[in-house]
Formats: sequence, C-alpha cells, structure tokens
Amino acid sequence: MFYELLSTLQDANTQWVLLGTILLGIASGVLGSFALLRKQSLIGDAMAHAALPGICLAFLLYGTKSIGWFLVGAALSGLLATYFIQVIINHSRIKEDTAIGLVLSVFFGFGIVLLTKIAQTENGNQSGLDDFIFGQAASLVGNDVRVISAIAIVLLLVTWLLFKELKLFTFDRQFAKGIGLPTGLLNGLLMTLIVSAVVIGLQAVGVILMAAMLITPAISARYWTDRLDRMVIVAGTIGALSGMLGTILSSMANRLPTGPVIVLAATVIFLISLIFAPHRGLVSKGLKLYRIRKIVARETVLQTLYDLSEEVSITNKKIRFSKEALLSRRKMTVRKLDSNLKRLQKEGYVHHIKDMWSLTESGGSKAYEIVFNNRLFEIYTMYEMKFASLQFAANDVWDYRNIDSSTLKELEQLMAIHERTPKLAPKYFGKGETFRKENSSQSAKKRKKEVKSL
Amino acid sequence: MKMNPIQVSNLTVAYDRKPVLQEVTFQMPEGKLIGVVGPNGAGKSTLIKAILGLIPTASGSVEIYGKAYRTQRKLVGYVPQRGSVDWDFPTNALDVVLMGRYGHIGWFRRPGKKDTAIAMQALDKVGMKEYAGRQISQLSGGQQQRVFLARALAQDATVYFMDEPFVGVDAATEKAIISLLNELKAQGKTVLVVHHDLQTVKEYFDWTLLLNKRKIALGPTEEVFTVDHLQKTYGGRLAFLDTQVSPSYVVQP
Amino acid sequence: MSYGAWIMLTGSLVGVSCGIIGCFLILRKMAMLADAISHTVLLGIVLAYLVSHSLEGIYMLIGAGIIGLLTAFLVQVLHSSGVQSDAAIGVVFTSLFAFGVILLSAFAGKVHLDVNHALMGEITFIPWNTLTIGGVDLGPSAVWMLGIVLIINLILIFLFYKEIKISSFDPAMATAIGIPVMFIHYLLMSMVSITTVASFDSVGAILVVAMLIVPGATAYLLTDKLLVMLLISAVIGVLSAIGGYYAALVWNISISGSMASIAGLIFATAFILSPRHGLLSKLLARKSIISERT
Repeated sequence: MFYELLSTLQDANTQWVLLGTILLGIASGVLGSFALLRKQSLIGDAMAHAALPGICLAFLLYGTKSIGWFLVGAALSGLLATYFIQVIINHSRIKEDTAIGLVLSVFFGFGIVLLTKIAQTENGNQSGLDDFIFGQAASLVGNDVRVISAIAIVLLLVTWLLFKELKLFTFDRQFAKGIGLPTGLLNGLLMTLIVSAVVIGLQAVGVILMAAMLITPAISARYWTDRLDRMVIVAGTIGALSGMLGTILSSMANRLPTGPVIVLAATVIFLISLIFAPHRGLVSKGLKLYRIRKIVARETVLQTLYDLSEEVSITNKKIRFSKEALLSRRKMTVRKLDSNLKRLQKEGYVHHIKDMWSLTESGGSKAYEIVFNNRLFEIYTMYEMKFASLQFAANDVWDYRNIDSSTLKELEQLMAIHERTPKLAPKYFGKGETFRKENSSQSAKKRKKEVKSL
Repeated sequence: MKMNPIQVSNLTVAYDRKPVLQEVTFQMPEGKLIGVVGPNGAGKSTLIKAILGLIPTASGSVEIYGKAYRTQRKLVGYVPQRGSVDWDFPTNALDVVLMGRYGHIGWFRRPGKKDTAIAMQALDKVGMKEYAGRQISQLSGGQQQRVFLARALAQDATVYFMDEPFVGVDAATEKAIISLLNELKAQGKTVLVVHHDLQTVKEYFDWTLLLNKRKIALGPTEEVFTVDHLQKTYGGRLAFLDTQVSPSYVVQP
Repeated sequence: MSYGAWIMLTGSLVGVSCGIIGCFLILRKMAMLADAISHTVLLGIVLAYLVSHSLEGIYMLIGAGIIGLLTAFLVQVLHSSGVQSDAAIGVVFTSLFAFGVILLSAFAGKVHLDVNHALMGEITFIPWNTLTIGGVDLGPSAVWMLGIVLIINLILIFLFYKEIKISSFDPAMATAIGIPVMFIHYLLMSMVSITTVASFDSVGAILVVAMLIVPGATAYLLTDKLLVMLLISAVIGVLSAIGGYYAALVWNISISGSMASIAGLIFATAFILSPRHGLLSKLLARKSIISERT
C-alpha cells in the first residue's frame, strides 16, 4: 500500500497532474467562497455546463486541440450564459432558478450538438473533447498544467490584491456603491474570476461536476470559521486537499475517473465538517442542545414551582403542588419531570410530603434567581430595539449579571411595569407553608411611580 | 353554555431559547372585530400562524369553539399577508377565490357550480366582480388584497384571521375592507385582524389585543387602548403628539 | 411504424411528460432541484442494476424513484441544518452523481450502460430495443415505459390537481385548510424521478433537464392560465422533439442535443415575441407610454 503510494508519487506524470489539481482546488475553493456568500453557487454550475459549446466552437475555429483557445472559448460562453441568465431574470417573470436551469441545459444541449459535429470532422476523433464532460485528469500534460497553474496563480493574486474590495462588495453591494467603489466593474471582475476558476477545472473535473469544486470546499469552510478571510483560506486548503486525495486515490485504483473521486473526497471533507466542526458541527450543536435542554428542564421545574407558589401566595392557599399541577402549567414528559424532581431533591432545592411538592429555602432563592433572569430576558425581547446596544445574539446564553447596571435598572423598571417582578423574594420561602406577604398597597404605589418616571 | 370562538391557553412559541410568544392566554368573545396591535417583532403574525398550526409551538393549546383547531378547520378563514405569495402565478382572480372552497370540497373532487357561485358572490362583495377573469398579477395591490378577502369569504367561516390586510392598500380598498368586516360582525362572526396603524384602531375595532411577546391587555377598545397600556406595549418608542382631543401616535425608531 | 416515427413518438412522449411536470417545478421554484434529481437518478439506475442484475424498466423506475426522493430529502435535511439552499442542492447532486459515475466505472465490465449513454441518451437505438410478449412484437420498450409513466403522471395530476395548485400558490393557506403540503412536495418529486428515468434512455440526464425546464418556462411567458400553461408546455415539448429530430437528420447531429437546442430557440422566440410578457411588447409598451407623455 505504502509502496504503491510512493511509486505513484514518483511518477512524473502523476506529479504534474497532482500540481494541477491542487492549484485548481485552491483557486476554486477561494472563488467558490465568494460565489457561495453571494448565493450564486449554482451559477457556477451553469457556467461549467455552458462552457461546453465554447470549447467546441474554439476547436472548430482553431482546428486542433489548444488549451489556451479552449479556455478562451469556455470563458466567453460561460460569461455569455451568465449574461443570458441575468437578462431573463430582469426582463421576464421567470425566476432565478428556472433561468439558471434553462440556460444551463440549452447551452449544454447545443454543446452536445457541436460535439457530434466535431466527431465527423477529420481530426475530430483525436480531439479528446469528450474528456471535458467528465474530466480526465490523467490526460493532463505538462503544457496543460503550466497553463492551469499560471491562471490559478493569477486568479489568487488578483483576489489577494482586491480582497478588501471584493469582500465589501460581496457583503454589502449597496454600501460598496455608496463609498464609491465601481460595483459594476467589480461584479464583472468577480464573474470573470469565477468563470476562469471553472474553466481551468473543466479538463480535470469535467463540466458536470465542476460545480462541486466551487460549492463543496466553500460550504465546508463555512463550518470552521465566521470570517471571510479565514473562510477563503480554509476553503482553498480543503480544495487543495480534495484535489490531492482525489488524484492519488484515482491513480492508485486504475479504473476510477479522477474528477468524481476528487468530488467525493471533497464531499467526505464536507461531511466531516458538517458533523464534527467545533461550534457549528452537528455533534457540537447536538451536545450543546442536550446540555441546554438539561439546564432548561431543571430550570423549568424550579420556575414552575415558583410561578405556582407566586400565584397561591396571594390567595393564601397551600403551597404544595401535585405533579399534575406542575405538568398542566408547562408541557413536559412525566419521566423528565420525575428525574428532575429527584435530582433537585438530592440537591436540597425541593422536598415533598406524599405526592405534594414545594421549594425549600435554598430552592426558593435558586428559583428566584432563575425566574428573575428569565423574566428579564423576556422584557429584553419585548423592547429589543431599545436595548439594541446589548448586542445580544440568539445563541448566547442570557445572564443578567453580564449587563451593566444602568441597563439592568431600566429593564427592572420595565419588568415592574409589566408586573413581572418576581413577587416572592428568596426570604419568603421559609420552612413553613405560608408566606409573609408584602404590603400590596405599597407595591402598587411604587409601580405607579415607575410608570411616571419612564 | 356558549363556547368561545377562540380560546388560546398558555401559548408559547420560541426559536431556540428566544421567546417569540410567551404564555399567551386569552379568549375572544363572539361577534367582535378584534385588532391585534403591537410593535414590530411583537409576535402578531406569529400568533395567527401558531393558532392555525403553521408553525410549531413550544407549549399551549388552541381551541376553536371548544375543539382543537385540526377538527374545526372548516370554521376558520385565513387571510395571509399579501406579500407571502407569488402573484405571477398563472391564475385569475376567480380561481384564487375558488381556492377558499378547497377545504370544503375535499380530496379528488373539483369545485362545482355551487362553489363558483359562492366565489362570484364573494368577489361581488369586495367589489371585484368585473375582475373575475383578470390575471392576478394585473391587479393593483388593493385589488389583490380584496381577492384575498374574497377568498376568505368563500371559505364561509365563522372565525376569521387576517394578517395585516390594510398594508399597502388604497383608501377605497381600506374602506371596502372595513365595511366588509362590519358586515361579517353583523352576521355574528368573529374576526381577528393583525393591525399596525395605531391611528385607526379606535375607529375600526370593538376589541383590542395589545401584544408584545406576551398579552399586555385585551378588552373593549375604549378600555384597553389607553396611554398606559400603549406605553407598556411600545416601551419608550411611542410619542404622544396630541393627547387632548384626537390623539395621534407616532412610533419612534 | 417507420424508424423515424418511433423516434419522434419517443421524443414527443418525453416532451409531453417532462413539459407537464416541468410547469409545476417552475411555479414552485424548484427547477434546480429537478436538475439535481435528473443527475442523481444515474446513481439510482446503477444501484438498481447492481441489486437486481437487470436493466429492466421496473427496477430502474424503483431505483430512480428512491434516489430521487433521497435527493430531495437530503437537500431538505441540509437546508434545515443551516446550509443555504443553492449550496445544499449543489453538494447533494454532485456527490451522488460522482458516486454513481465511480460505481459505473468500477463495475464497468458488468453494467451495460456507459456514462456517455446515460448523459446524452441514445435515442437512435430506441426503435430496435423492442418489447416482445409471447412472441408478439409490441414496439419499442422505451415507448411503453414512457407511455406508462405519462399515464401515471396524468392520473396523479388529475387526482391532486387542486391540492398541487394551492400548495404551489399559497402553501400557508394550503396548510391552514389541512392539505399535506409535504406529501404533495414528495409526490411531485417522485413524479420528477420516474419521468426522468423513463426519459433517461432516450435523451440522457442533461437533456431531461432541458425538456423539464424549457417548455414550461416558455409556456409561462405565453399564458396566464395554469391549465393552458400545461397544454402549451406539452405542445412545445412535442414541437422540440419533432423539430429536433428533423434538424438532427438534416445536419447529422445528436438528436437529443438538437432537441434541447430547438427547445432553446422556441424559448428565445417566445422571450422576444410573447404578446404580453415578451421583450418586444414590453419595449413597445414603454415607447408608447413615453410618446403619449410627450
């Protein structure tokens, strides 16, 4: 196995192919990131399919196989296809996905027509144009690789030089226009860059699967980082890795076509990213969700006991509650409730007499804190616009202790207005079964004052 | 005992841990026009969607005349936001209104003469009879809204849910809609309308539900639609320009 | 029937089946999902062959049906786990297609199906591959398969017409009145899958896409009535097939490629000349407005 690998790598031709697929992987990964963020992944697919008639026309006009002219032809017809897609969207009721599919399939169909025409010309048989459909990395010769590498390096260089502008343009076109960037030109440039990345991949990966080279590394990279500059680097690396793995695997197993193997290698990396990436991966998300659910379930039980206590404290009824009462207040499975009550009892937060449950003193103060925190969060979501300065993202965990005191005060005031202030301070949970009650008229007065001050 | 047309208990909707609607509990009286009012993002549309089972709820229950919504679909009419559909769809106004009959027709059957008659009547009621054959993208915004209303009428429901029917319509359509709502009321039907123009709340609705994540207040408009309640609903974002005779409300950014 | 007539019949059946189902895909903005399914069906065919060791129609239909639904399902899963929908489609179809191609190459000796054939179809062989039952020649088996699929599609559309229509136009309303919108979605995706596989043999994967999308898109520019759109789309499918066949005869080119090109030409004509939605009529309308103002 290892020896086989070594001998494969020593082969000069394989080295050329390897260089080509790696550079191609980098270029398409980098430019694919931009396409992805602009939600134009499938336009890359259309460009790749549409390149076929361009290549054929280049062959018909030039007469023999020439990588340079092929690339020119492919780029021109790819750009023409993009232009047609835009025209169809802008000037008719046809929507984007239909326009892409339409242009893609018609261009490809026309490409097939030209292909059959070429097959009938005298030097058509050795044109090797069929290779462009599925790609034939093994057929890359030194000259092809030199051209591909040169273009890939130019693409990367241009991207590097104009990174700031392209980033801004991708992120916020209107703003880019506002600060005086030539957005029309940038759009054209980015399209040309993407089409070039597609075109240099055609010979190795083929028109049908080229879309994967743009999409898969980029979407995989998205799982590892939130920043465009890092995403571009990660995507380039994943593209290179896929190119390398695909080339080596397919040259070791003789009959396997390189293009599809490269694509599958990229897919495997995507699946690994999807599942195992920190923060965004499914495992990490699942664990986080599991932890949150566990915390929430525990909090919910305490909160429910608190809510119920709060209600009966006004009517002076008994403050012990059956499981049914708890369940009717908040949806939860009986098993979940049981296990949580058990755990809370062990921790000394709840106790029960027969089937009736209540908070202990320490449970009361714990529950108070939870209720206070959650209700404050609720108030925050009600007036999100007002507290926009908190910069609170949906996946952060809300904790009132992280909020500055003036904002906290404001939130507390609003909470009082909505009568959501927890009424039972921790001290009210004594060992007994009734509460010392707050002077209700006083609290009402206080509330009124707060309304005015707002 | 007369059942409540709409009974919502403890309805909670959340995305992840972020609450969109919190423990909303209310019952609506029969035969009233009810306005649902609150700031952007208060969960007004979410409330309707949750009631109709279009989005998953974290907890709570909804009953229409005492039974789960699933079994009472035929009693309910729905007017979604106008922007929620693609008006380039190849169909005409009458056809859209006929869709209101689909719930009654059931599987495998076509709308018959009776359904067409009902649909035409509904179009007539919203003043769109002569546009029955018109392609829907050729209609103005107000006319499209009227078609949606006619579709709800064709549903022949007793409880109606309308999501911002007054957005982006001309004055004539607004008048037409409001007189239609009053007609529905006169027939003893209950209509719940998501509304965001505070100026017209008092004029249009018998009852008002002030909503901001939770129910702030519900009751007859003259009782509920007070400065205090509005302050509570909108926070500091509301400026009262003229609190004396005809109050006018401005929501500040 | 003559050789040419059989080919035209086959092409027309493809045109009608794809044209009708394509209209719904366009209206539901799922053209690219159909594109994805038409590619991944290749994997279904290869797997069906590897399992059943037969290239008979029914196995192909089942295999393609399963993989087609799997494609739609995986796209849905990726999308709901946070991948933007265009990228989800791109990742799923290229992976499954690449897997199909690799299987095909790995078992090349065993499968009598080559990749070019799968992609571009071989409509010229259709008339020779006939169905014989009890020694009676019943005509090309592809025609039978396409005919059956067309009938299945027509029955399903007839039965569920109003449900498909409302869940395409207003899914929220459809859900509210109790129509199982998800069921309708997967029903349509199964129809796309079996239509694709039945058309596969004759026009190949990529050109199925052309037949699925182009006639429907053209019809969308020519009418404002759904039923009429379905009819026009079917007619355009047939016209593309017949026109494509004659063009292929004249210039001696790939029949399937020429069908797609003719379909493209018909679309271009409608795009420019359509009485209401065409480029020209819009231009004229704008001009008349301007001249009225001046």
